[in-house]
Amino acid sequence: MSEGSARSDRETAETPAAAASHVTGNTLIVEDLQTSFFTKAGVVKAVNGVSFGVSKGEVLGLVGESGSGKSVTGFSILGLVDPPGEVVGGSIRFRGRELVGLDDIAMREIRGSRIAMIFQDPMMTLNPVLRIDTQMIEAIQAHSRGSRNAAYARAREVLMKVGIASPDERLRAYPHQFSGGMRQRVAIAIALLNEPDLIIADEPTTALDVTIQAQILYEAQKLCRETGTALIWITHDLTVVAGLADRICVMYAGRDVEQGDVDEVLDHPLHPYTYGLIGSVPSRNRRGRPLHQIPGMTPSLLNLPPGCAFRARCDRASDECLREPPVVEHGENRRARCFHPYPEGSL
Amino acid sequence: MSADQVPGPMLETRSVTKHFVKHLDLAAKIVRRLGADIQEEIVQAVDDVSLRVSKGEVVGLVGESGCGKSTLGRMVAGILEPTRGDILFRGDSILGAANTQDREAALKVQMIFQDPFASLNPRMRVADIIGEAPLIHGIITRAEFDDYVDEVLDRCGLDASFKRRYPHQFSGGQRQRIGIARALAVKPEFIVCDESVAALDVSIQAQILNLFMELREGLDLTYLFISHDLGVVEHLSDRVVIMYLGRVVESTTTDALFEEPNHPYTQALLREVPRLESRHSEFLPIKGEIPSPLDPPSGCHFHPRCPHAMPRCSAGAPALKEIQPGWMSACHLND
Repeated sequence: MSEGSARSDRETAETPAAAASHVTGNTLIVEDLQTSFFTKAGVVKAVNGVSFGVSKGEVLGLVGESGSGKSVTGFSILGLVDPPGEVVGGSIRFRGRELVGLDDIAMREIRGSRIAMIFQDPMMTLNPVLRIDTQMIEAIQAHSRGSRNAAYARAREVLMKVGIASPDERLRAYPHQFSGGMRQRVAIAIALLNEPDLIIADEPTTALDVTIQAQILYEAQKLCRETGTALIWITHDLTVVAGLADRICVMYAGRDVEQGDVDEVLDHPLHPYTYGLIGSVPSRNRRGRPLHQIPGMTPSLLNLPPGCAFRARCDRASDECLREPPVVEHGENRRARCFHPYPEGSL
Repeated sequence: MSADQVPGPMLETRSVTKHFVKHLDLAAKIVRRLGADIQEEIVQAVDDVSLRVSKGEVVGLVGESGCGKSTLGRMVAGILEPTRGDILFRGDSILGAANTQDREAALKVQMIFQDPFASLNPRMRVADIIGEAPLIHGIITRAEFDDYVDEVLDRCGLDASFKRRYPHQFSGGQRQRIGIARALAVKPEFIVCDESVAALDVSIQAQILNLFMELREGLDLTYLFISHDLGVVEHLSDRVVIMYLGRVVESTTTDALFEEPNHPYTQALLREVPRLESRHSEFLPIKGEIPSPLDPPSGCHFHPRCPHAMPRCSAGAPALKEIQPGWMSACHLND
């Protein structure tokens, strides 16, 4: 992407339309995204005001626990939220183009071509009854007009790129003939086929062993560096994004509570939730000592009371927290939603 | 307790081996009769593992999928019978459990499972899940039931008013606490934790890990802590045992292992475990997949992936040898 279009994206980001207006990124800008599920029991606000941006070649770690809305954020970007769920507010701009409200046909052109997704379970991507070559060629020909031979060559090339030896043999195999790590590689290869500008990876290494996870992380990192693809890595595991991500966005109960550069967020967390989350990770320094624990558990998103959703578990909470905390800028690209952030360098 | 005076390890496995055999079905048997070369498939889940756990110790058992760590844990907890070898608790074999004394010993070893959703009976109330076993084993009487359940729940950080509820009314972290309460209710001395925090969110995982530490102090427990997560094991364990494809490759104190791992597999694992402190990492993974335990590589199981592999590594398996007092490693490089 050229320098010029990057600038124009930033200009659009500064329009006074949305409350959070200092989100930057030249590939994707999500502003005040709201996705709700209209269930019989009531409205579940799974994503309730999330803003972030990703630029070319950048890795954004989207971190949160179960029910924080991190996966629904990913699905919302791709327009994969099914009824009773619905994107009810905010905007998702992909290279300057608004994706919220885009019709199915236009969305299908973008999905799998310009934006691709890697799921936790590679069998979400792979069809168990089709050979790998059939699936990969289909994915290419769905978006471009090339010949079958050209598509096959491309599939072979991409498989090599993700570290699969003897690609010709592997292309003729069925998904069940692969191990878990290999399947995830194939899923990544399929995501890469059409050289997307953005890949959304939803916990792709959670089910894998440590040595296999390292192989996948290596491929992901290489990919961003070589092709300049922007990557959103959704995970619950702070340690994974610590090594991989350039920036981190921490989510809690449907909101982005803190974001910034990876070093800033992990070394000087502002939000008490981020602070607690970092303290919860067993690490070399705290061996044998009790871990910092966040009391209680994540609240139900059904009928969430107003104000800060974290206040019941927060030791810094005050009466002020009964109001909705605004997004406060703490320097460039560094934001937190908290009335009582930790001062710099307090970890 | 007078049993404390018994010298030697609290729990010991002696050359324990477990094979799982996939028996041939009728069709395969007929085909074999007709002369086809069909063998029964044998998984060598655990291969000649000797382990000693002293009283009050926390031993971390680490390995990737298919390394046999869960199978070993299940044998220690008395859920599976080993194919060969012996398991001793306080010097007595727990295998067979023919008489009352043996059964009492078996009760002293309890297990906490990975999945807090699958390990609790959904049709039983919490009070019954926790109180059933101590009642049957005569640890408590019917009259003491309610007070006892309250006490165990409280110890595990659960509100006693929850005891009339069913498991589905609890969150994952709370269910894991119920699983812990169930194990503690029969007053065990040795707990096998099989990936007991793997399914939990980070903040809940920290709560449960802290609970394990508190219980260890308060009840004088000994743990065999099975996990794939080196960070958790490092935090909790006094000693670490690393397994790869059914065999122990290295075992030593936690400090020594994380300071200066000896076995190439341990080195690779430690290098590749993601850490909060390592930012913008260069990932340099070891090559290759974990081989199938159905058909493990010859010699040292790790040799196809090992950067230091020599011809003799594929020829013969290295013995698990003491390289320093209390430090065992199975690698030809140590010769």
